[in-house]
Amino acid sequence: MSTQATAMSRRSFIAASLAGGAALTFEAQIALAAGPGVPDATVLNAFIRILPDNSVIIGAKNPEIGQGIKTMLPMLLADELDVTWEQVHIEQTDANDKIYGPQVAGGSTATPMNWLPARQAGAAARAMLVSAAAAQWKVDAASLTTAGGRVVDKAGGRSATYASLAKAAAAQAAPDLAKVPLKKPNEFRIIGTPRKGVDTPKIVRGEPLFGIDTRLPGLLHAAMVKCPAIGGTLASYDDSAVKSARGVVAVVPISSGQCPAGKQDAVAIVGTSWWAVQKLREKLVVKWDIAAQQGFSTELYAKQAAEALDKAPDATLFKAGDADAALAKAAKVVTADYSYPFLAHATLEPQNCTALWHADGKLEFWAPSQNPGNGRKDVAAMMGIAPEAITIHMTRIGGGFGRRLMNDYMVMAGQLAKAVPGRPVKLLFDRTDDLRNDYYRPGGWHRFTAGIDASGALVAFKDHFVTFGAGGKPIRAAEMPTSEFPASVVPDTHLVQSFLSTNLTTGWLRAPTSNAMAFVWQSFMDEVAEAAGTDLPALMLRTLGAPRDLPTERPTVVFSTARARGVIERVVAFSGWTGKPSGVPGKGRGFGFYFSHRGYFAEVVDVTVADGAVKVDKVWIAGDIGSQIINPLNAEHQAQGAAIDGLAQALVWQPVVQEGGAVQTVTFSDFPLLRMDAKPAEIAISWVKNDYPPTGLGEPTLPPVIPAVANAIRAATGKRLRSLPLQLA
Amino acid sequence: MSVVLTVNRRKRTVEADADKPLLWVLREDLDMPGTKFGCGAGLCGACTVILDGQAVRSCQTPIAEAAGKQITTIEGVTALPAGQKVVDAWVKIDVPQCGYCQAGQIMSATALLTATPKPSAEDILVGMNGNICRCATYVRIERAIREAAGLENEA
Repeated sequence: MSTQATAMSRRSFIAASLAGGAALTFEAQIALAAGPGVPDATVLNAFIRILPDNSVIIGAKNPEIGQGIKTMLPMLLADELDVTWEQVHIEQTDANDKIYGPQVAGGSTATPMNWLPARQAGAAARAMLVSAAAAQWKVDAASLTTAGGRVVDKAGGRSATYASLAKAAAAQAAPDLAKVPLKKPNEFRIIGTPRKGVDTPKIVRGEPLFGIDTRLPGLLHAAMVKCPAIGGTLASYDDSAVKSARGVVAVVPISSGQCPAGKQDAVAIVGTSWWAVQKLREKLVVKWDIAAQQGFSTELYAKQAAEALDKAPDATLFKAGDADAALAKAAKVVTADYSYPFLAHATLEPQNCTALWHADGKLEFWAPSQNPGNGRKDVAAMMGIAPEAITIHMTRIGGGFGRRLMNDYMVMAGQLAKAVPGRPVKLLFDRTDDLRNDYYRPGGWHRFTAGIDASGALVAFKDHFVTFGAGGKPIRAAEMPTSEFPASVVPDTHLVQSFLSTNLTTGWLRAPTSNAMAFVWQSFMDEVAEAAGTDLPALMLRTLGAPRDLPTERPTVVFSTARARGVIERVVAFSGWTGKPSGVPGKGRGFGFYFSHRGYFAEVVDVTVADGAVKVDKVWIAGDIGSQIINPLNAEHQAQGAAIDGLAQALVWQPVVQEGGAVQTVTFSDFPLLRMDAKPAEIAISWVKNDYPPTGLGEPTLPPVIPAVANAIRAATGKRLRSLPLQLA
Repeated sequence: MSVVLTVNRRKRTVEADADKPLLWVLREDLDMPGTKFGCGAGLCGACTVILDGQAVRSCQTPIAEAAGKQITTIEGVTALPAGQKVVDAWVKIDVPQCGYCQAGQIMSATALLTATPKPSAEDILVGMNGNICRCATYVRIERAIREAAGLENEA
């Protein structure tokens, strides 16, 4: 959060303007900032325009990647403003955190960050409209009510539209956002009701919405020849066979630089047709220096990890009591090794970005980015220009999953734009570029040891985690939380880690770290439960113990054992979990729990295994994301999608393979995505409601389904699969 | 070379190499970006269009092969009787998440229902398995196809 944004949040400001020069087109522009007292001290500057026909334009400030935020945030504003949904038109704002506050699609943070500020912004606008009516009618504002975009004076038998009051409202003093009255949940008219995606009608008509669809006069297109090994550098290139080709405008070496991290070099061909320039790439002669990278390979990592697990660790991550002494006294000791591979994001819309370098040195972007604010910083740093000289228009995004939290495509498109000043240029990755230029979910290895006492209680826990690091620290998304359950509650615990090197850039994949940790921790806990003669839900409930809040590494986030218990008990009840074998050969049931992104999820999976093939019959999801499901139509959809996305990681996706420093996984044959035939026959969802404030949903549903399906395969076949993807053959 | 294409019942003359894929002719030469680029290898289905009643991958269809045939894209799919039903069902069920694959999904679903108005579960799988949805909206895709076909959905 910038200091400017904070400063702005202290003084809600109002501007009234005449648009179009005619009185009929008067628009009251009410830009509102939130005050302090919100989770993580976030700010939101909602942008509300009331039009003469009493319709309302609400600005949607966050990047839309399919999580439904372009619909959901305006629902919060509209409900407190007290208009009908039919009155509302939604517009995507530009990226400008000084006006709008944080604009990020990541970490399932939008709901907890905006739940109060967005409502306060809507409520403040409503209060100003009420004040304007009270002044006009010379009555007490407290005697007035609102409904459907009108202020109503019941005693006086009169009412006025918001449109008729907008100009006067804009002149009212802005209320203190922290004190503006908000609706009680039973007064919600939009929040909690099913609302369809605001862009659905445009999507089904094939309208241009996505970054790749950006159309501008004189638009140029760029394709790139990319260094095969990430971190390699351009030695030389010969473009003589390319430069003179029809339609080619320029050949430009570009680099993502160290922004955000891990240099990716390329030579781009810019021309009038992307199809033509991508074809010309074979005539471009490029020499790369990859001497420092070519030793890295998937095989090497596996060998180094196996060696590291047998050696003393590089560092201690978390220690409580004396795990070795407790293990020596334990009635039973369980040990197992687990691993998971590097993964790509494979958004269906390949990475792309359009940029235009203006004559005055200003740079304009049309960027499908999950974090355009960071993109602005990266571009400014790499190109040596002022952040204020950069304008960013946010496009709809054809899948994020964390890939687009990185802004390499913005940095490279900016460089291309500077090479062809005055003409917009769109850089588009082909699928191979996209799979090779990723910020991969890093692979990892774990050696777990657990001790149980004679009563079956978990009394000692050890994990040696082999991950990727540099300078004695894990690299991005390669870290393990120190508060992993049950390590956080077992009295004698020792978590240690060792680091391998890689040239690959790593990053956040939907439910980052959690997607891997849920698999290894909850699969291993299933083994512990088996050794203790119980089942995983029962062991989890016993280990969770009394209701209490446990700290996490994030000061603003606690882990409530009561909420964890709530979802476990719910899924056990509504799936009819008995813990007993199915009694049918090849049929099995598994359980998984995980807490991530403030959400508590317990899931049960039924599988049928026949001829080595796993079929998922049904998934039960019990989730606790607080007091309110804001858009139930979308919540159901996100939970279904996230569960199937987790099943893809468990059963379908193949490891990203590296050889000679270069990623060799370059097509959808190498990296198969889940298709309709792998969809579970049924997904059942149950929400556990309570008084906690609402939190996000896009990510926390995903992790527990992975161990649940692994544990179901164990139940169905007797085989314990300890690496991803889960393969019986 | 000059190629005459019939796109959504309109004749369009295009100057392009004979091997240029229909996908890129639609996107670059005819200013119709509704048809999407996903993989360029016929593996994801994002670029699906209907060619003389058949769902085809336009990234694998050189324009020379498309000349003289009826090409239907997402921009014109509602002119087909099944297409209108599919689009209406997609809106009613609110199928999209990110929405990037949905043009291709709608084209495949339209071709499926044109050939098989009352598809079985197996027919739906066969007709739709070539179209990847990275957001995994498959539950609603199946519901929307059943809705468009007038088949019963569970509440």
